[in-house]
Amino acid sequence: MSLVKLTGVHKHFGTNHVLKGVDLAVEQGDVVALIGRSGSGKSTLLRTINGLERIDEGELLVDGAALHAGQGDLRALRQKVGMIFQQFNLFPHLTVGENVMLAPTVVKRRSKAETEALAREMLDKVGLADKFASYPEQLSGGQQQRVAIARALAMQPRVLLCDEITSALDPELVSEVLAVVRQLAREGMTLIMVTHEMRFAREVGNKLIFMHHGRIHESGDPREVFADPRTPELANFIGAVQAH
Amino acid sequence: MLVQFTTWDVIRNLLEGGKWTLALSLIAFVLGGLVGLLILFARIARNRALQAFAKGYIEVFQGTPLLMQLFLVFFGLPLIGLDVSPWFAAALGLTLFTSAYLAEIWRGCVEALPKGQWEASESLALNYLQQMRHVILPQALRIAIPPTVGFSVQVVKGTAVASIIGFAELTKTGSMLANATFQPLLVFGLVAAGYFALCFPLSLFAKRLEKKFHVAR
Repeated sequence: MSLVKLTGVHKHFGTNHVLKGVDLAVEQGDVVALIGRSGSGKSTLLRTINGLERIDEGELLVDGAALHAGQGDLRALRQKVGMIFQQFNLFPHLTVGENVMLAPTVVKRRSKAETEALAREMLDKVGLADKFASYPEQLSGGQQQRVAIARALAMQPRVLLCDEITSALDPELVSEVLAVVRQLAREGMTLIMVTHEMRFAREVGNKLIFMHHGRIHESGDPREVFADPRTPELANFIGAVQAH
Repeated sequence: MLVQFTTWDVIRNLLEGGKWTLALSLIAFVLGGLVGLLILFARIARNRALQAFAKGYIEVFQGTPLLMQLFLVFFGLPLIGLDVSPWFAAALGLTLFTSAYLAEIWRGCVEALPKGQWEASESLALNYLQQMRHVILPQALRIAIPPTVGFSVQVVKGTAVASIIGFAELTKTGSMLANATFQPLLVFGLVAAGYFALCFPLSLFAKRLEKKFHVAR
């Protein structure tokens, strides 16, 4: 059974029909790269998977639990799905350690000693064990994003959503974040990422989804799809991206 | 019989009145803060009915003069069989007024936080109250302190209208003394100095906080 399964998902923002019937199946251990022009619906699609956007029509299944359009309580779903944002969104009033410990303490009601050990382990995993007591504003963008990854991992999610997580970073800081993601992929974490890093998508991803006008326009193995796009829209897009 | 007032008599009586101004200010501020917090929660709740109620509450108390609110409480409540003292009417009226303004000031502080703070905490499976308690309010509080202290100056000065319904605070005491001594300039000069003595430290404090929080982040 697929870990994440979307069936006939529609989403409107007012009169704007953003997702026009998306079907998608993601298996355990998949690394999925979502690409497409801005406004193609790729970010919205990602955000529906943890309920940040409610779906208007269709069905979403995560780890066997179904979520229908208009359904209310999303907290069970969110414990299985982690999310990392373009702008990091760390909590500036908490230290790095407290950022990572907050959700396991408050949501899962683990003891302080337990969550602290967990936080140290997760920070160690992203190479920031020594920043436990620092505040986010004392860190570089790349470090902040790695803390955000540790914070998401501390909830032990089944799948991790990455929304353009290197787009707000200075170029020299991109690789340290990608290295962490690469390591997660190697360890078998299921990842769904909206990205502009085409080379990274080809290297790490095993599934590529090209979104166009609110639909999945083309999908397949990244190496094959990049080498031989079947639709002119994707060929155009790849050309435009590579021109940069 | 004519009583002679020395300047010391005037000051002594004004200090007595000033005590009530201070008490009224504190009550209005503390109770207004508590009610304001409830109104704030209603105003930013997801429930549409609560939102509408809070919006209406804020509009009404911000959109009508404090004096009319006091009149309505003081003359209105007896009509439904509740006899209220000037003291109670003034405290209630000022509490309602203060709560509306504080709720609106604090709403601005909550909304000044980036949307990403809500989304990140939501994604970590925190529920609404947990988000408020651990992520939103601690940050909003930091930016709320300077404007809140600044508003407290308005509350202190606002207590002067309670004189009109006969509550003997600083202003009322002042006008009684002015009538008795025929020295309005001296008396009201001292009254003004009394308000200044209460408000100036507050505005200094507000300015200092503003500076401090600007530097902090």
